[in-house]
Amino acid sequence: MKPIVEVQNLSKLYRLGSIGASTLRESVERWFKRGDDTSASAAVGSPLLNRTKEPVPDSRRGPEAATFWALKDVSFSIAPGEVVGIVGRNGAGKSTLLKILSRITEPTSGKAILRGRIASLLEVGTGFHPELSGRENIFLNGAILGMKRWEISAKFDEIVEFSEIGDFVDTPVKRYSSGMYVRLAFAVAAHLEPEILLIDEVLAVGDAGFQKKCLGKMGEVATQHGRTVFFVSHNMGAIRSLCEEAILIDGGRVTMKGKPGDVISHYLSMALPAAGGCDGEIFWNGEAGSPRCDEVALRGIRLLNERGIAQSIFEADKPVAIEIHYDVLRRIRGARFNLQLLTQEGETAFGATDHLYQQECFEPGSYRTTCHIPGGLLNRRSYVVGLQLDIPGERYVLPFAEYIGFLVSGVGNQSSHFPEPWPGVVCPRIRWDVKNVTPARSLNPAEVV
Amino acid sequence: MKSDNYTLPELGAAPVEYEIVIEASRTWWNFRWRECWEYRDLLALLIQRDFTSRYKQTILGPLWFVLQPVMTMLIFVVMFGRVAKIPTEGIPGPLFYLSGLLAWQYFQQNIVTGGATFINHAPLFGKVWFPRLIMPLSIVLSNLISFALQLIPFFLFLLYYKVLGPHPASIQFGFTAFLTLIPLFQIVLLSVGVSLLMAAATAKYRDLVHLTQYVVQLWMFASPTVLSLSMIRERSPWLIWLNPMSVPIESFRLFLLGHGSVTVQDAAISWALTIVLLVLGMAIFQRVERTVVDSV
Repeated sequence: MKPIVEVQNLSKLYRLGSIGASTLRESVERWFKRGDDTSASAAVGSPLLNRTKEPVPDSRRGPEAATFWALKDVSFSIAPGEVVGIVGRNGAGKSTLLKILSRITEPTSGKAILRGRIASLLEVGTGFHPELSGRENIFLNGAILGMKRWEISAKFDEIVEFSEIGDFVDTPVKRYSSGMYVRLAFAVAAHLEPEILLIDEVLAVGDAGFQKKCLGKMGEVATQHGRTVFFVSHNMGAIRSLCEEAILIDGGRVTMKGKPGDVISHYLSMALPAAGGCDGEIFWNGEAGSPRCDEVALRGIRLLNERGIAQSIFEADKPVAIEIHYDVLRRIRGARFNLQLLTQEGETAFGATDHLYQQECFEPGSYRTTCHIPGGLLNRRSYVVGLQLDIPGERYVLPFAEYIGFLVSGVGNQSSHFPEPWPGVVCPRIRWDVKNVTPARSLNPAEVV
Repeated sequence: MKSDNYTLPELGAAPVEYEIVIEASRTWWNFRWRECWEYRDLLALLIQRDFTSRYKQTILGPLWFVLQPVMTMLIFVVMFGRVAKIPTEGIPGPLFYLSGLLAWQYFQQNIVTGGATFINHAPLFGKVWFPRLIMPLSIVLSNLISFALQLIPFFLFLLYYKVLGPHPASIQFGFTAFLTLIPLFQIVLLSVGVSLLMAAATAKYRDLVHLTQYVVQLWMFASPTVLSLSMIRERSPWLIWLNPMSVPIESFRLFLLGHGSVTVQDAAISWALTIVLLVLGMAIFQRVERTVVDSV
């Protein structure tokens, strides 16, 4: 059978600093400079291109100054009905790939052949209009996502039921709670029936119960209807359970394609000390691809021992402090860090948040938040720190991503007395009481010496 | 509705007829009409959305909107009629100005909103693909509804002058009124062309947004809104040929009120310019739309 998606040497070149639209004045200036100077140095000297000073890693540097390859020579093909997970660090090129496949932007070179109707879901509630009722928005949003009017009518009741909004269907969505809004938006999207579906991180919405429902719906779409699904996520559990195939994108290239389990553990091991990734600290200093948005920029993450020294291998009985340095660029209310400790297989060992320990409102400035993991809790294995910043029940400020890994070894917990790997994602220090409770009378006289 | 016999399309059985090739395109004319046609439901829903969101919220909102040309007309009557004493071809001032303003303001609404297509919808365009042409088209078509509503005060004025005015015979309103569909159609084509050009230009050069306001103002006075076409012809006939809007506005007045001076030559040049702008607009628009989300 012919592959339903064929990607051949797909590349996308971005110009750094021209993220905002240029002005006519700048273009005129550039044009005049080109006249009296050699073209290369004129391009470097133009104000447009000099706006950024972010260093670009060599492997992604483009042919001209201040350009970089968001994707470089990406090739793969996908058979019909496959569910493909795409993993990679933030800024690796996952979203660019989805944007090209969903035709939002054109590649610089290479091509992709899609043999089927395609729909992309890069955001929930795209095109929702606050003044319109839920009913009107279902139709509008469905049409924006590529559904025909009759298709939407046919599924209307199903969509309303799935969204659990009930009688509010004729209320303007501006009166909806944020939860209802998201549920309705996802319900529309979940009922799309293209042959190829592209999904970017949108499952990270809503409460846990609804998330589960969405994952179930996605699984159903993929397995029962035989649709091809591309699924970008940092939710390793979802990738593992939904996907048959996974692609790892790093530095704009496909570095691995295979079974989800293998790809996930390879991906997570990239954050581990063995891969030379870190020495217990990671600092971005404004590099390209540093985790940031308009409101917050992460500056670095450090893993500290009890003496405050950064390291990447810890004793099992010693505490680990995860110190997060970040800048608030714009006043933000009610945001919290949500930290997850993952195993190398992508399971979540536990989650923790600083929500109850911080102030309500952050003014612009530099901040530091520290998560203290007590000694005697972790197992002897490697862990990866994943992090997101969100406003509970409202929105995600920085989406979840895995950043840094560390190894727990040595003595100090109960597993350390045995050579074999100890089961469990954690190994808390748990008290046992061992007593001889044999009543003296019931003892078999024969055994009494 | 076909809701009852709706079934999932058979995937494996159906031959693969749908094939989209995504690559860097280099041609100048690359319109995929079939895709635009497939999104016709979206076009209809966007028009419906514009209409409901504009008229749903307040009672005064739509009223202001309907009265907009009347307000401008009143200013014109005082400034150009009473103060400057500019003649109005023997037609009562309010009718003269209102007929011109109806046509002009429809065009202006179109190009101001349509010309900001990429800027206003950047977040949407960055998240989902659909034929981008749908957006400016929906604006031009939904403004047509507002235009129809704005005709109501015009007809009230017409009725007043026909029945109670001092010279009812000077207004020749009759079956020619149906011919206004021709200049209206030309304005639709012209608005689409100009909107597409402006959308492409403002997406690339953001500072042009400030300029367009003045261009639009200037354009209005260069069109036969205040001066009749014959007066423009006396002073600077080249302005009529340069401005594709002069013929439709004057024809509008001619067909509604029976006063106007459109020559065959004027009309031919105006239509030729309209077609050129439309084709140019579409070519440049589709050139820009492919990667516009990278820069807006």
